[in-house]
Amino acid sequence: MILAAAAPASPADAWLERAPLLLRDALTGWLPDALRPWVAALLSIATILGVFGLLFAYMTLAERKILGRIQNRPGPNRTGPFGLLQPFADAIKALTKEDIVPRAADQVLHFLAPVVLVALSLIGLAVIPFGRNLVAVELEASVLYFFAAGAATELSIFMAGWASRNKYSLLAAMRALAQLISYEVPLLLSMVPVVVVAGSLSTTGIVAAQGGWAAGVWPHWHALTPWGFSAFGVFMVAALAESNRSPFDLPEAESELIAGHLTEYSGFKYALFFMAEYLGMAALSAMGVTLFLGGWQAPLAVLEFIPSYVWFGMKLLLLLLGFIWIRATFPRLRIDQLTRLSWKFLVPLALVNLVNGGLWAVTSDWTGAAGVARWVVSALLVVVPFVVLGRSLTAGYGPRTYRYASP
Amino acid sequence: MLGKGLLQGLAVTAKNLVGSYHDPARYVTQEYPEVQPKLPEAYRNFPFLVSETADDPMGTLRCVACQICEKECPPQCIYIEKSKDKKPDATGKAQIYPAVFAIDTAVCMSCQICVEVCPFDAIKMDQEFAIAATDRFGGLLLNREQLAKPNAYYHQIHPTEAAEVDERLAAERRAAEEKARLAAAAKAAAPKPAVPAAAAAAAPGAARPAPAGSTAPAASAPVDSVPPPAPRPPSP
Repeated sequence: MILAAAAPASPADAWLERAPLLLRDALTGWLPDALRPWVAALLSIATILGVFGLLFAYMTLAERKILGRIQNRPGPNRTGPFGLLQPFADAIKALTKEDIVPRAADQVLHFLAPVVLVALSLIGLAVIPFGRNLVAVELEASVLYFFAAGAATELSIFMAGWASRNKYSLLAAMRALAQLISYEVPLLLSMVPVVVVAGSLSTTGIVAAQGGWAAGVWPHWHALTPWGFSAFGVFMVAALAESNRSPFDLPEAESELIAGHLTEYSGFKYALFFMAEYLGMAALSAMGVTLFLGGWQAPLAVLEFIPSYVWFGMKLLLLLLGFIWIRATFPRLRIDQLTRLSWKFLVPLALVNLVNGGLWAVTSDWTGAAGVARWVVSALLVVVPFVVLGRSLTAGYGPRTYRYASP
Repeated sequence: MLGKGLLQGLAVTAKNLVGSYHDPARYVTQEYPEVQPKLPEAYRNFPFLVSETADDPMGTLRCVACQICEKECPPQCIYIEKSKDKKPDATGKAQIYPAVFAIDTAVCMSCQICVEVCPFDAIKMDQEFAIAATDRFGGLLLNREQLAKPNAYYHQIHPTEAAEVDERLAAERRAAEEKARLAAAAKAAAPKPAVPAAAAAAAPGAARPAPAGSTAPAASAPVDSVPPPAPRPPSP
């Protein structure tokens, strides 16, 4: 009896785990009941804005530092200790720059485009469960809501290109749309099997479905199943393209185009576009964590003493570092290579994966030898299409031969 | 296998990221204002005037205001005014000196022609590249006080070249002293013969037909044995 009493309570009851909720209750407890939900909502908005605003600021710094290190140089290190004040210096610079609006531009749309883009990039974050019970808005179909908000950002990119009344902006915006719509398809298709397997369209439901461990050590995260691994890969490649990140940063390929749809933007509006890019990247990574990496779940039961929101943050940062690493490594794709990759490779893989996820859902009660067979079949359904598609798409693109230079 | 190249690429960048924290070969950036660049010895940009000592730079300038560099300078960035009087130089010989010596570094193109034409090794190329000024005209026009730098500094920035120059100058000085000493000796020995000493000293060539019955050849022979000034080494 004494032993049972001394055993730690459920991790959900730990003080650190409940700290954000306790803080919220302490801040809103003295208010009349009618006001309380409103203030609580405002508090969550302020928290998301603050946390992700700072994350954006320090992501830019981390990106520049890591890119620098990879290129054998220190990166920004002059503003404050280790360059830690650099984001604020950048913000002041962007704020004090002249805001130029072309005379021929559509004044209202030109102003609206960056605002709408940032707003749409932010509202997706409302449905991400950042920790146990830490979700701003609980929706039945929150995954649908998230991707609808994400797809709407494409509208504001076109809005920026159109409102600038600049043919290069417009052409670049059309190219950006071609890219973003191409990659909407694999992004959504890779997400569908998760919904099928978890049996829920709500992000909290999907995270709850990934709780627990097989044999006590193997988390039930979707990325740790064959179909989930494949879907995670497709999702992250599509997320790279959706957030205009290298190697898919054609919409504003700074070394080739002037700045694509950003050509006519300057000062703080330009900074807003960058903010939207990073917020979109963070939102898509957060969705990736939620859908595939178990959301706020700890990887091992013994590690549950670390609060859930810390686990979520660590996974999110890991994905964001992956984005930076990829940016430092790969050269930009051509527009034809980009669409080819989407339509000929990612979409077929995602379609096969849909079947794979369906099989996984149907066979969820198989155990023993049948359980092993389930894993083998699922793995084959990932590896075989990957190899076959890879072979057929790269046929004729043999290793590069150098006639005059040695590689 | 599709994707192998991508993974290899990621490995390369990851090695650089980790290596930059412990491997100096992967972190080659020098942080300039704190870490001054180690310039190669042959690096040059603007000329300076060599003085023998650091204590009295104006008194020991090697420059004798011959104005060869001023005339040779392709962009015409050197301006010299000769002094009206003469002052003893480092060896004590009275020389004209530059009353004004100015180089407009905004115009100088660092060609080093002034250095090559100077017969006195008085102007050399400096390695000072941080010459930014707040006044683009006055601030970049260097006068002789700013241009004068001691020979020790020259040794510091171009050690090999400075050693050669010092050796040559010392040889020339020794030769001149030897010549002066011999001339003095000849002068002392000359009054006895009929031929005036001045003529003997002025006629060093033994090939020249000696005045009949004179002792001049004997007197002038030692003068011939003075070694000629050391040849200038070919400029690099």
